[in-house]
Amino acid sequence: MARAATTADAFNAVAEPRRREILDALAGGERPVNDLVAQLRLAQPLVSKHLRVLRQVGLVGVRDHGRQRLYRLDGRALKPIHDWVKNYERSWSQRFDRLDVVLEELKKTKEENDGDDE
Amino acid sequence: MAMTSSGTAVVTLPTDRQILITRAFEAPRRLVYKAYTTPELIKRWWGGERGVVTLAEVDLRVGGGWRYVLTANGGFEVAFRGEFRVIVPNARIVSTEIFEGMPEAEAVSTITFDEENGRTMLTNLSEYPSKEIRDTVINSGMESGMQESMDHLEQVAVSLR
Repeated sequence: MARAATTADAFNAVAEPRRREILDALAGGERPVNDLVAQLRLAQPLVSKHLRVLRQVGLVGVRDHGRQRLYRLDGRALKPIHDWVKNYERSWSQRFDRLDVVLEELKKTKEENDGDDE
Repeated sequence: MAMTSSGTAVVTLPTDRQILITRAFEAPRRLVYKAYTTPELIKRWWGGERGVVTLAEVDLRVGGGWRYVLTANGGFEVAFRGEFRVIVPNARIVSTEIFEGMPEAEAVSTITFDEENGRTMLTNLSEYPSKEIRDTVINSGMESGMQESMDHLEQVAVSLR
């Protein structure tokens, strides 16, 4: 099952390194745009543009707080990405479970050989 | 509690073109390295639940090649090969990796074996030529994962007859 190649999904939104930096910054809590501008050393219109894309796919939420607008991370939109990687992870886990069995045998063989040496 | 299970593999995507896999093993790194580089041993684990490894060739020297053929549960064969670039016995292997069905997508994999108190932390960092190819590799894992599910479902269905 290939994932949909639309421009408006979370996969595309996080493909942009700057947008991932914004998500990392927001992982620490709500932030106004000026904070992000200062931390990422990017022009404000660019940060706003990235925030708009992140909001469109639901990765970022916003609320008004006095004169400021505060942006926050919404982890639920990351679940499809998490699930996508999880499947790959599972096939490696199955591989490594078998490797565990091989290693147990090698450990036993080694102990027997060590015994023979004495 | 059984001591053989060291948890599950953890997969992360450090950059757009990389896949990082980490896993701990209850064995000294010398043995993990041996299981990773000895053809008869590779045949026993590398296929996982996806199929049977019918061929494993390893010419373990810098410039030497390796090739694995997996007969997948669906009956079709998939082959992977590569060339060793760096070999530090029991510690680190750098090699190229090509899925023969997609030869333009050559990855460079760095496998490290770190030992602490008789336990080995294995890391496998693969770097692909592009994000698209990296994503295709992850998708292919997903497809075979689904294939396994379907196979299991089929077994259950047959047993119910």
